[in-house]
Amino acid sequence: MAPDTKRSGAGLVETDLLRLATAGSVDDGKSTLVGRLLYDTKSVLADQMEAVERATQGGGDPDLSLLVDGLRSEREQGITIDVAYRYFATPRRSFVLADTPGHVQYTRNTVTGASTAQLAVLLVDARHGVVEQTRRHAAVMALLRVPRLVLAVNKIDLVDYDETTYLTIAKEFVEIAQSLGYGDSDDTAVVTIPVSAKVGDNVVVPSERTPWYDGPTLLDHLESVPVDGPDAAAPFRFPVQTVIRPRTAEYPDYRGYAGLVGAGTVRVGDPVVVLPDGQRTTIEGIDRFEGSVDSAVAGDSVVLRLADDLGVARGAVIAAADDAPEAVTEFSATLAWLHDKPLVPGRKLLVKHGTHTVQAMITAVLDRLDVQTLAREPDPDGLEINDIGHVAITVAEPLPLDDYDRVAATGSFLVIDPQAGDTLAAGMRA
Amino acid sequence: MTATVETTAHDQLAALESEAIHVMREVAGEFDRPVILFSGGKDSMLLVHLARKAFWPAPVPFPVLHVDTGHNFDEVLSFRDAVVERYGLTLEVAKVQDYLDDGRLTERADGTRNPLQTTPLLDAIADNRHDAVFGGGRRDEERARAKERIFSLRTAFGAWEPSRQRPELWNLYNGRHKPGEHVRVFPLSNWTELDVWRYIAREGIELPTIYYAHDRDVFARDGMWLTSGPWGGPRDGETVVSKTVRYRTVGDGSCTGAVESTATTLDEVLAEVRESRLTERGATRADDRLSEAAMEDRKKEGYF
Repeated sequence: MAPDTKRSGAGLVETDLLRLATAGSVDDGKSTLVGRLLYDTKSVLADQMEAVERATQGGGDPDLSLLVDGLRSEREQGITIDVAYRYFATPRRSFVLADTPGHVQYTRNTVTGASTAQLAVLLVDARHGVVEQTRRHAAVMALLRVPRLVLAVNKIDLVDYDETTYLTIAKEFVEIAQSLGYGDSDDTAVVTIPVSAKVGDNVVVPSERTPWYDGPTLLDHLESVPVDGPDAAAPFRFPVQTVIRPRTAEYPDYRGYAGLVGAGTVRVGDPVVVLPDGQRTTIEGIDRFEGSVDSAVAGDSVVLRLADDLGVARGAVIAAADDAPEAVTEFSATLAWLHDKPLVPGRKLLVKHGTHTVQAMITAVLDRLDVQTLAREPDPDGLEINDIGHVAITVAEPLPLDDYDRVAATGSFLVIDPQAGDTLAAGMRA
Repeated sequence: MTATVETTAHDQLAALESEAIHVMREVAGEFDRPVILFSGGKDSMLLVHLARKAFWPAPVPFPVLHVDTGHNFDEVLSFRDAVVERYGLTLEVAKVQDYLDDGRLTERADGTRNPLQTTPLLDAIADNRHDAVFGGGRRDEERARAKERIFSLRTAFGAWEPSRQRPELWNLYNGRHKPGEHVRVFPLSNWTELDVWRYIAREGIELPTIYYAHDRDVFARDGMWLTSGPWGGPRDGETVVSKTVRYRTVGDGSCTGAVESTATTLDEVLAEVRESRLTERGATRADDRLSEAAMEDRKKEGYF
């Protein structure tokens, strides 16, 4: 067995980088929590801290939330209006934190943060417990297949470090998470932690005021939780970004296909199929700037050379010959609607899947998720901003779509407004 | 569970490099006339290095654009030209001086020209019909940048409108824009200053000599060590002293401060960055100290 800092079993690429998302509703103290993580990991530099001390109203302890409130309009209103990315590191691990605000456009921001997260930290105020936003955030994390959840029960100091209050909230949250599919295995574990971001209890330093809690601090957990890197054991998927044809004296006939391995592993000699057309060939070479390599795994940017000259262009997907997705023109998918402009079935739209953008039409809205009850409401009129629903889509050219649950890289897509160019929705084939 | 696939070590720098290369190739695939902003500074050197890797064995398919404030360090300018020559790049230069000479811009009272770069930059983008502009900006630099997208849509006036930014999901970038609009692209968004230096060390990327400790005549202003140049020198009461310094950023000479340092090698610079208690912008850029929201305001006007 592998040591416990790696996931047991096969195929996961190890990394020393954890990408996480935080979500909470207004006034849960999320900015303070993130500020506390940065401050207590000594990721705040002197000039940033001086700026915070200058800006803290009325003297006293520095307001750590000011470390992360980015835009002046936010500082004036005391809110966070957009996803912000924070970086901090400890000797054990580096962290990219997507800080997603909890009020207007909450689903839009949470979906964005969740799309790249390996772990989500949700916040509740210990005085209020689990609220609608908490359910919504947990539902979005589950939908996007964020593997792990942490609930930080914040402001524990304001309920006098009461164990019963904490346990009641923790129990309710774990039940919600289980109903969403979490907690079945170590890989989808749910952890709850009583914290006070303002005072610092159990964020980085264990608190003496919660003697009844013997679990890890938030940072301990973030440092030690297994990180699921790209899944090297998944079926191979490679959306072609651009064709490399130098036509120089040194490389007169070179032709390679540049891209990022979206899923799985590729080796020289592997049989592959080029989608959507379906031609079969084998991998002749895998090139990097440093030289040729024998194999590449999910997350690697490489150039592939194929044994046959097939006229492959941007938009194609090179996939494992024995486990390739079928190219389809009609499919169903879950959409998270992200735009003020509501979904009107029948309008012409664009779908961007991998490196291919095609014309598309949403022919029917099959259901809408009620995030409060997690029930599916059938046949809604449409979808509005922050709605999540199941739709039927027709596209003008066949797309090699996987089920999102099986291969996220080729199971996800954007819905784009062809006139304004805005991103309207995040889609997952389901 | 079968254990047939070996585990591959993927360190953080490899992941950041792969992500940046992916971003550059997306731009090559979706835009007609991209350009790389290139000052000869370390972040723009990193962009050129990553572009060479992204398209190898083909040459870099984009020209580079230098917005020249006229307040350059000689070492950086000659370095810029050497890099352009070595890699066969096409260099475009937009000169602030031209705008001052014909009156389209006027010199500021404080003498700094960083805020003056915006107009020549936007004109160069429009004149050359660039639809994608690579910048070396990182989200760790400053609070307004923490909210920046990797693909950042700019209006026909070059303005950054925070409320109009598109959500960015997975690694699917939406580069659609209307005629006249363009997209700023930041492949280094997820890098930190330490990542940049670790990567420079690992890849052996050459930098202008002013990034390493050297003796220089400097004077103190606003808590920074500034140096004399075409932009002027010490004012009355500002004393020139000789110090061993290096630069952490390279910008307009009038407002880019040096830090006291004895780091003459990459390893020593790395050690210093690890221990530094100031952000690189806070330490060395007077332009960001103009107000609490200095960067936010400049970005809205069309700055990098």
